[in-house]
Amino acid sequence: MLMLILSRALQSCVALLVLSVVVFGLSRASGDPVELMVPVDATQEARDVLRHTLGLDRSLAEQYVTFLTGALSGDLGVSIRERRPALDLVFERLSNSAWLALTAMTVALTLAIPLAVAAAVWKGTLIDAFARYIAVLGQSMPTFFVGLVLIIVVSGRWGLLPAGGMESWQSYVLPSITLGWFVVAGMMRLLRSSLLEVLDSEFVKLARIKGVPERVVIWKHALRNALISVVTLGGVYFALLLSTAVIVETVFAWPGLGRLAYDAVRFRDFPVTQAVVLVTAVLVVTINLVVDFLYAWLDPRIRRSQSGGS
Amino acid sequence: MMLEVRDLKTQFLIGGRTGTAVDGVSFSVDEGQTLGIVGESGSGKSITALSILRLLPRPFARNAGGEVLFRGVDLLKLNDKQMRRYRGHHISMVLQDPMTALNPVLTIGDQIEEAIRMHRKLPRAEVRRLAIEMLELLRVPAAARRLASYPHEFSGGMRQRVVGAIALACQPELLIADEPTTALDATVQDQYLRLLKRIQRDRSLAIIFITHDLAVVARMCDRVAVMYAGRVVERAPTAALFAQARHPYTQALLRSALPEIPDRNARLYSIEGAPPSIFQPRHGCPFAARCEHVMPRCREEAPPDIEMGQGHAASCWLLA
Ligand code: SF4
Repeated sequence: MLMLILSRALQSCVALLVLSVVVFGLSRASGDPVELMVPVDATQEARDVLRHTLGLDRSLAEQYVTFLTGALSGDLGVSIRERRPALDLVFERLSNSAWLALTAMTVALTLAIPLAVAAAVWKGTLIDAFARYIAVLGQSMPTFFVGLVLIIVVSGRWGLLPAGGMESWQSYVLPSITLGWFVVAGMMRLLRSSLLEVLDSEFVKLARIKGVPERVVIWKHALRNALISVVTLGGVYFALLLSTAVIVETVFAWPGLGRLAYDAVRFRDFPVTQAVVLVTAVLVVTINLVVDFLYAWLDPRIRRSQSGGS
Repeated sequence: MMLEVRDLKTQFLIGGRTGTAVDGVSFSVDEGQTLGIVGESGSGKSITALSILRLLPRPFARNAGGEVLFRGVDLLKLNDKQMRRYRGHHISMVLQDPMTALNPVLTIGDQIEEAIRMHRKLPRAEVRRLAIEMLELLRVPAAARRLASYPHEFSGGMRQRVVGAIALACQPELLIADEPTTALDATVQDQYLRLLKRIQRDRSLAIIFITHDLAVVARMCDRVAVMYAGRVVERAPTAALFAQARHPYTQALLRSALPEIPDRNARLYSIEGAPPSIFQPRHGCPFAARCEHVMPRCREEAPPDIEMGQGHAASCWLLA
């Protein structure tokens, strides 16, 4: 088990290192921030001074090394726009995003699990078609569109829920639905097909032979086995959620990480861009590690083989 | 009679086509007896078993007539809840592949205890004690300790014993064994069959043994029903069947299993061709396409069941 943790941790470090290069490169490729920071009529001299204080006049390799050593000691530079440590900005927004991701994930699961069970149990019927339609609809409509429609109808026309910001619990409802609905389709389809496979299995047949009621067959014998495949992809869904959050947070004026990233890119505030992406990457990598362990917990075959077996 | 199956019909509906997988099958089995159902794969023997337990794969398969009388009650007429009380409790079944028959995420203790709890309200400790007793009955070593183990921690042979412990946990009167030893190697198979025989003797258990292996039939069964294309083409006491099979299909089956010439180079006799698809329209004898004695009449009219005394019957025009 220890070996496994170590090797997975090492893999994660390598992944993060590669990512740091990509992030660094991309944020430089997005344009010269100096142009946005100085008045249009600024002299070349003024621009050069600014460039020097930002360290932009040094070679890319030098800049990267500074960036990396800084990152390792928790210093990701100072926001060009807000003139505050980039990491502070990120952490301020992180919990807002985390809450949104959590509520969205809850929405996704509470939709995906019953839909998948209904679709699998009544396979080939109208219920199945309807369940799949709901799920696919969420994925095929762009999130900004869903978000805008919800804002216009629910908060605009009906005046029911706030259209943006995060003042009360009510402001969570619309963004969570928008974001959650987007992941439902993939989750539901995966869960449906693995449920179908499991419901066809010999051990489900044996459970029925014992006289186990169908309800227990589905929720106890089948679902837990089927969920293993969904959990395996849990990290992927989380990453998907994070990237979709950029759009949703922008639409709903949600003061989260996604919104921060959007603004940072728009203003070429590259220290913040770098900080957002790096922190997100660390998050995704950590979540993936957690998923691995969750997977082992759900599936005794893996749990035992990793602890040496018996 | 404990179980009497009369004129059982099971159909499959796939892609708008209707196929008859079990076509008017009748047989019976009584306490302490073993009935063998023999046939090639696709002959409808497993579907017959699932029809008795009403566990046909939904939504494609459905019962299309006949009766399954268990101690006089027609199981086909019960509602789902009533039927569930029979499963595991009165009639149980062991499946072919021990590697897939156990739920991988539940301990075997869970799985045996669940079988007991389904039909008997007992205190926890008592359920546990019974579960251990079942494992001991099936000769699983260190039974008490192994309740907390997961299926993957057992060998194939041991898993099949656990499946047996689950199937027998509620002391059913009838056990359907669907090729329970096909996936096991010879020694393990031998031990398992011996065990099954002993349990049967101790509990006067009725067994329906579904297999394609005639050696297993000879060893385990009192009577045999030979199935071909969804029909019982011959039924007889085991000894009579081996001594004088009357149906050409049974004869061919015996010849392919027991080569007469003990010559290493002798080619094993095998039956040419394949059984008809269940979706083919049926008239005449289902074996006509592969039968070496086929007559014009065989293709036109289905042969009747011809009784030859002492419980030996076959359906073939040669005997008429
Ligand atoms: S009825 Fe005819 S075709 Fe059928 S088994 Fe007898 S001889 Fe062969």
